[in-house]
Amino acid sequence: MNKHRVALTVNDKAVSMLVEPRQSLADALRGELGLMGTHLGCEHGVCGACTIVVDGDAVRGCLMLAVQAEGAEVTTVEGASPAVGLSEIQAALREFHGLQCGFCTPGMVMVLHHLFTENPSPSEDEIREALSGQLCRCTGYQGIMNAAKAVSARHGRLNDQPTQTPPDTTGI
Amino acid sequence: MKPAPFDYFAPTTLDEVFELLSKYGDDARVIAGGQSLVPMLALRLARPEVLIDLNRIPSLAGISEDGGTLRIGAMTRQARALASDVIRNRLPLLHQALWNVGHPPTRARGTLGGSISHADPAAETPMVMMAYNASMVIAGKDNERIVEAGDFTLGTFETCLEDGEILKEIIVDAPRSDEGIGFAELSRRRGDFAMVSAAARLRLNADGTCADAHLIIGAVAPVPLRCDAVAQALVGTEPTEQRLREAVGLIDLDSFSFDNPEVSLAYRRHIAPTLAFRALAQAAGKASGLHT
Repeated sequence: MNKHRVALTVNDKAVSMLVEPRQSLADALRGELGLMGTHLGCEHGVCGACTIVVDGDAVRGCLMLAVQAEGAEVTTVEGASPAVGLSEIQAALREFHGLQCGFCTPGMVMVLHHLFTENPSPSEDEIREALSGQLCRCTGYQGIMNAAKAVSARHGRLNDQPTQTPPDTTGI
Repeated sequence: MKPAPFDYFAPTTLDEVFELLSKYGDDARVIAGGQSLVPMLALRLARPEVLIDLNRIPSLAGISEDGGTLRIGAMTRQARALASDVIRNRLPLLHQALWNVGHPPTRARGTLGGSISHADPAAETPMVMMAYNASMVIAGKDNERIVEAGDFTLGTFETCLEDGEILKEIIVDAPRSDEGIGFAELSRRRGDFAMVSAAARLRLNADGTCADAHLIIGAVAPVPLRCDAVAQALVGTEPTEQRLREAVGLIDLDSFSFDNPEVSLAYRRHIAPTLAFRALAQAAGKASGLHT
């Protein structure tokens, strides 16, 4: 099968890579560009560990093919972290025990990075909705929630701000 | 967990898509948002020789309103539709159902047309399109045809799309603004596949009796179930809690067929009337709010 040359921007740097059509974007970021921060867990869209930001949207890196990223602007966890030390989100995850083994953490960081870019002080429900597609087998999620809520509060979250969250469809 | 090899094309016009489809026939699959197809490739449940990507055809995406008619391009992302004011105001049932479709990162890529064409029996969008009696615009090399939503899905992962055809657009006549809607779903976690889901539309007369109702139940059989008996029983009566509970007793539980170790047929039959009641009660409550 023919390989394709793909030109894209990753973490503000123009890059080019030669990929097989069947390669996922997450695989190519790791294998072709050496960006090992993006983790692959389930490789079929269930776990969210591979979440990256593509053209302003948080997406599953395993559910997008590398060939589809021609011209795209991609941010990985490397791009969402300062050169030295931790980002505000990463520091909060450490402070509030938002990780243990750390495998899911790159996905958590990217979902929260995207959330806080769009909305600096999200409500608890909005954080919950943003994290709803991410699996963590260590923390029980509470530490992750606490970390995100702390970041939101530091950004001036007020409890009476309106929120954009799903209606209760179970009706329970 | 890696797909088998395939060739890849990213056409920029529909003509190119149809050329590629006629050239490669059964060996080709089109890819929309890829949120169902890529997992199937990874699990090798699908092994196409050729993948034809629809993501580079701008004319396939977008939401437009002309008079009372809404046109939704098949490649419209679920996240865009969920954030759309037009959809929220004119097709609120679609807006509400979309909260249950996957998670924000899958909705960012996943498309309405892709979900409808994939025809997963647990998917919400085909139900909503049935509830709205939407029209599916199907395009092929030299022809275009329109199929009603209720005739589009034929079975599990099976639609009326013929070789060489794709779903191009969805046309929905926006309902009257005094209509109430309701959507209820039970899944283990939000965004997971539905065990049972129910979509309802309901409109009231000035005297508080039901003028019109629709109820669709999903995830119980290969095709979403239209419950006309329930709807008919409600028309002309006041949709009180007791009346709604009686009406959902008319759901044809014998037509349910899905039975697996995760969710038994008995359980689906047990919860479907409750979810249908909740969807109808939401719809009736909203409709009555719109009247006062």
